[in-house]
Amino acid sequence: MLRCFILFLCINWSGLLRAEEKISYNQHIRPILSQKCFACHGFDAKKREADLRLDIFDGATDATRTPRAIVPGDATASEMIKRMRSDDPDEIMPPPDAVHRMEKSEIDLIARWIDAGAIYEKHWSFEKPVRPSVPQGSHDSWVKNPIDSFIAAGWKKDRLQPSPEADRATLLRRLSFDLTGLPPSDAEMKEFLQDTAPDAYEKVVDRLLQMPHYGERMALSWLDAARYADSNGFQQDGDTHQYVWRDWLIRSLNENMPFDQFTIEQIAGDLIPQASTSQKVATGFQRCHLLNGEGGAIAEEQRNIILFDRVDVTATNWLGLTLACAQCHDHKYDPLTQKDFYSMMAFFNQVPESGVPPGGSQYRIADPAIAVGSDEQMKQLEQWDAEIKVIEGEEQALTKVPEFEQSITDATLSMRERKEIAWMPQSPVKLEASNGVTLTLEADQSIFSAGEQAAMADYVLEIPIPQQGLTGIRFELIPDPRLPMGGSGRAASGNAVLSKLIIHHGDQELRVSHSRADYSQGSFSPEAIFDQDPQSGWAFHPDVKTPHWLEMQLAAPVKHSASPLKLTLQFQSSHLVHMFGRFRVMLTDALFPLEEKQFTPAQLALLKKDPAQLSDAERNELRTIMIAADPKGLLASVQSRKIDLKNRRDALANSLPKVMIMSDAQPRKTMIFDRGSYEMPTTEVTSDTPAMLPPMAADLPKNRLGLAKWLMAPENPLTARVQVNRFWQHYFAHGFVKSAENFGLLGDAPTHPELLDWLAVEFRENGWDMKKIHRLIVTSATYRQSSKVTPALLALDPENRLYARATRFRNSSLILRDTALRVSGLLTTDLFGKPVYPYQPPTIWDSLGITKERDFSYPQSQGADLYRRSIYTFWRRTVAPGNMFDTSARRTCVVKHSLTSTPLHALTTLNDITWVEASRVLAEKIIRQSNDRRQWPTLSFQAVCQRAPDATELGILEKSFASSLAEFQRDAAAATQLLSHGAAPRDVTLPVSDHAALTHLCLSIFNLDEALTRQ
Amino acid sequence: MTPMNPFLHQQQLINRRQFFGKSATGIGTLALSSLLQNDLLAAPALSMNPLAGLPHLPAKAKNVILLWQGGGPSQVDLFQHKPGLEKLRLTELPASVRGNTRLSTMTASQSKYPILPALKPFRQYGKSGRWLSELLPHTGSIADDLCFIDSMHTEAVNHAPGVTFFLTGSQIPGRPSIGAWGTYGLGAMSQDLPSFVVMTSSDAGKTCGQLFFDYYWGSGFLPSKYQGVRFRSEADPVLYLNNPAGISRSMRRTALDDIAAMNQHHLSQYGDPEIDTRISQYEMAYRMQMSVPELTDISDETPELLEMYGPDVQRNGSFARNCLLARKLVERGVRFVQLMHAGWDQHNNLSYQLENQCRDTDQPAAALVKDLKQRGLLDDTIVLWVSEFGRTVFVQGNIENGRGHGRDHFGVGYTIWGAGGGFKPGHSHGETDDFAYQVTKDPVHVHDMQATLMHLLGINHEKLTFRFQGRDFRLTDVHGKVVQQVIA
Repeated sequence: MLRCFILFLCINWSGLLRAEEKISYNQHIRPILSQKCFACHGFDAKKREADLRLDIFDGATDATRTPRAIVPGDATASEMIKRMRSDDPDEIMPPPDAVHRMEKSEIDLIARWIDAGAIYEKHWSFEKPVRPSVPQGSHDSWVKNPIDSFIAAGWKKDRLQPSPEADRATLLRRLSFDLTGLPPSDAEMKEFLQDTAPDAYEKVVDRLLQMPHYGERMALSWLDAARYADSNGFQQDGDTHQYVWRDWLIRSLNENMPFDQFTIEQIAGDLIPQASTSQKVATGFQRCHLLNGEGGAIAEEQRNIILFDRVDVTATNWLGLTLACAQCHDHKYDPLTQKDFYSMMAFFNQVPESGVPPGGSQYRIADPAIAVGSDEQMKQLEQWDAEIKVIEGEEQALTKVPEFEQSITDATLSMRERKEIAWMPQSPVKLEASNGVTLTLEADQSIFSAGEQAAMADYVLEIPIPQQGLTGIRFELIPDPRLPMGGSGRAASGNAVLSKLIIHHGDQELRVSHSRADYSQGSFSPEAIFDQDPQSGWAFHPDVKTPHWLEMQLAAPVKHSASPLKLTLQFQSSHLVHMFGRFRVMLTDALFPLEEKQFTPAQLALLKKDPAQLSDAERNELRTIMIAADPKGLLASVQSRKIDLKNRRDALANSLPKVMIMSDAQPRKTMIFDRGSYEMPTTEVTSDTPAMLPPMAADLPKNRLGLAKWLMAPENPLTARVQVNRFWQHYFAHGFVKSAENFGLLGDAPTHPELLDWLAVEFRENGWDMKKIHRLIVTSATYRQSSKVTPALLALDPENRLYARATRFRNSSLILRDTALRVSGLLTTDLFGKPVYPYQPPTIWDSLGITKERDFSYPQSQGADLYRRSIYTFWRRTVAPGNMFDTSARRTCVVKHSLTSTPLHALTTLNDITWVEASRVLAEKIIRQSNDRRQWPTLSFQAVCQRAPDATELGILEKSFASSLAEFQRDAAAATQLLSHGAAPRDVTLPVSDHAALTHLCLSIFNLDEALTRQ
Repeated sequence: MTPMNPFLHQQQLINRRQFFGKSATGIGTLALSSLLQNDLLAAPALSMNPLAGLPHLPAKAKNVILLWQGGGPSQVDLFQHKPGLEKLRLTELPASVRGNTRLSTMTASQSKYPILPALKPFRQYGKSGRWLSELLPHTGSIADDLCFIDSMHTEAVNHAPGVTFFLTGSQIPGRPSIGAWGTYGLGAMSQDLPSFVVMTSSDAGKTCGQLFFDYYWGSGFLPSKYQGVRFRSEADPVLYLNNPAGISRSMRRTALDDIAAMNQHHLSQYGDPEIDTRISQYEMAYRMQMSVPELTDISDETPELLEMYGPDVQRNGSFARNCLLARKLVERGVRFVQLMHAGWDQHNNLSYQLENQCRDTDQPAAALVKDLKQRGLLDDTIVLWVSEFGRTVFVQGNIENGRGHGRDHFGVGYTIWGAGGGFKPGHSHGETDDFAYQVTKDPVHVHDMQATLMHLLGINHEKLTFRFQGRDFRLTDVHGKVVQQVIA
């Protein structure tokens, strides 16, 4: 019986239990009770049955109940045991319809625990870790650092021996994959193999920790935790610029930012006094959530979904708590209330955000966000902002002069009187046209166009400025029987399109403030003459036989001078021969009544009101309106400088990436939601941390900054443990606590609680130095063991939870791709920047193109960007990159790797162009390296696996190469085809069959278990 | 190296597991299930075996074909015969009927809610006398094989949350889909094909903006091997299925044998059972490469059969073609087939698009049921014609605009149907009021439907759980009741 126990517990890792051992509530009893009893007799008061609590001593042993559920020291007298052992369906616990049943062995164990006094312990992870003493006397000569002492102590019972140290080549590969995500280069390998210094290994560790690729490697799991993607998800799946935050992450890891600072900046960088741009960018962590902009989506609902997600990501990533379970009701197992959930949510509920992304096509970035550029760009923006301020000062001054006051009086008068503008015909002194078109002045001062039927043409007219000056220009179009259809344009339809009008006075280009026409053809409006599109313009089809007019009001009046006005009329639209046929130029010096459509009805009423009747407030408002309208163009020059500058400023600002960040600019009340529904708010709560954990220090602000500092406070029992557990997981596939995401009551118990605590305290007391902990782990003897699996080890410890060997596991698909690129020499090692678009079947994104709201064609990168590291690949949240398998979905916080083996993974590395091209380029490299064909199989294997093949392996490789070679010699077309994959150039001087056969061999080698595995 | 015999290989794996079982005297199954759930040691690439204890109850069905009708087909126009509405045409829907129903923001602020009766007349079909719209003559022809549920209701008001809710049990993405739960629990039946296959199609005019996200067939927190495999209508039906140009089938076979030999040698030195898994993974990949092209080739089907599915069956990627492929998949032991068809989201094009949509889907869906039936496959196969919600009885937009009005999303009461696999044939379950609005009899919640589906497969939906973040999660969350009345 006892044997069953031991093995059962061994497999489930509730810890090993021996007959002589004391039964521990935490290790042995709680896992059973929490799974099978606490749902009805636990923390959640609302779901509690019979008002009986079994999760605390006082509840379970309550003497006021008869019979008592637990009588400490007497299992037979305890009702709980009686009920568990009962055959009576009305008596038995858990009841017959419960999902879980009690095993007899479990009941026996609980009975023994009750007999021993039913001693409850606080859940281990909710107590502050204390540094345990390092055990001695076990494999002391093997031990390299305290980690090993703890690990070796765990072997005593089973008399396990450490595995021998892995061979040096394997070690360096393992280290390089773990610390940089890339295999070592041949030179690095050679150097290490030849370095006989006693500290050769430590030197390599230090070198790798300093590589820029360290940050890229370590960022991968943090991106999973942050549910990072380059788009919002959902229907339109708008792209974002969160890569700016991704770069912050890589940079911070490379700089070895202490973990407390790393935490504070990501949770509350914006709230740090005088926060730098970089600190604000850091809060992008909390903005990597999904954003739903579907038609009909209710913004407030979406905003609350985002808030729930922020609570979840914070609780999971830092505390290892499933606080999300308390959204709808008190947590069933952990002492976390619904109030705790919403109090935490209150920290994140002050963000000026709507819950949905803005409209748009490709990019949909939801406020708050900041534009982030280079130092130079940011400086330029600041400078322009300062200049704009100066100009605004000048503008202010100009509005104070009497002339401006007069212009207001005149303008309002003209608005009230609305006199007709008097237009005077004016003959040009010079007429020119391009492309063989001729212009002649007719008797009625109109201009007639003839000559070539040019597809496009420009007319240039020079006209003297009248003595009184000039405020506007008018063209009159005159239908003429000489023209097609008897219209006024030269096109076969009688139409014309004036695509642009440029007005010069001397060197100065004059700006038009308003334009209008008696008639426009659809979107061919007068405004289209002056927009940025050189093709668009004004036209008047089909009403070609009627006279038309087109008027332009100058932004500022022009005074008379000797130099004439120069008008350039461009007819450059895609509609050919569409130029004016007969027209007349008219000028005026009249004061234009202000364009009514620029005002609201209320403003118009004010403008037309008798000045004598105006109140002071109205007079002030009128002034404000007039400064904007500027009736006589007195402010035109200063305003045009301002607009120019603002345009340049905006153009630069718009070209910069905008990263979504946090802000507390919108204080909100936070309510508890009944059953987790935002439509059912109940009680108000304020920002606070979960009550069961040590409270926030009194001097901490009750905002995100306070929250972040509380997470890093030495009293916090969870943060350090959760992180070092994940560091360990990085190297051994599982943490000491296998449920890395849950350190609560239903989480797995730690296999090495003392080592976990020792590392947690070490981490905290050494300034939260991440590289230091990584160094400690990889320099341990435990890490340096061979990963070979003996039958004895496999039988005793199949999952390697005792660490009498290193753990072997398949590299992540992101690293597999990087490795293929590195080995072939294709890898571009640049850091940072916009995401790139390496090879991917276009169909993957095309299938998103069901919506017409945006273009989902895949903009495949060219050149070096095809070969960037996988971390820079554009991650579309609705569909992950095609050749990256077993990845987290990047929708919710994920802190554990997924490692599965499906046929689809094999198809990817066998058939994706990435691996085929890498094989081709690697083959070329090898052929260049040696012209001895017999060397090629060895060289290829060595390039990928970084060791020499043994005789058996060489035999298989040679046979494989020979068979491919024979095949490709027979079928040269197939060989050429195989060599055609990928954009990288090929050395065409190499014999096709050789190159193809070796490509095929390299592809096989990339697919060997050894090549896919970090061992 | 002789080519691997995968069946033999399977045997070896089982022996290895028995070895563990033995060492754990008497608690072998516990140890075994613990091992199987361990990703690192997940022995077979695709577990052929059901979880311990499954099926929980006698299964009525082995396979499921979900005919997902994305966008929300109008129960008013197609399924729910409400003759009284004609007299109320364009009168205001009584506020008492509307109650405080949560509507999408597209109509929540509409000032009027004029009633629009069904576009086309209804008639009765089959012995069961089921009323259906004239727009669904083919569905009508199999009415006696179908079980209609006229009282479906959901909590979601928008597409993505609604689809996610129906297919994963939660409105928030991230939970395993029904197909993932099923294959996780029941294991695979095919050595050559994935257990869970997904195909998508859209109405020919692509009028609909709804995308099909991969989490609609995702594995959530279950190991990713349980996620649906998407078959595409393009050159590679499965991503990276085809050998790179230049590598022939025989060369690939040789290469895989060589890779296996190398791995076998490595296994002898490293002793890691994962290497064994790798060998079987690559072998399965090859088998999939061989079997999928044969599967997607329809040239062997008789002209009569193709005619039954309608002319669209000739178009790769059409709903009709996907229906035919669904039958072939089920025939070959694929457990879950999920066809995702878009185009039912008629907010403003109801007057003409509904008819097109019916033409695209009515005939193929009926043909699939007939085809399965005549091959004796329908008894074991559930066909479920289903959507995230229905549509409002009132008009969205301006009725004056003949080509610019429609109906909004509506999840309070709508219709789906099931056939085969234990569904009661020729039966209708549940009712809504005279306005096709509120459910008046036998409401069926999304979780109830999920529980029923699981039940038909022999799964107790409360017992199929997966431990994640320390909690036992299940498809139906903490809800769901099996609807016994729809079971034959």
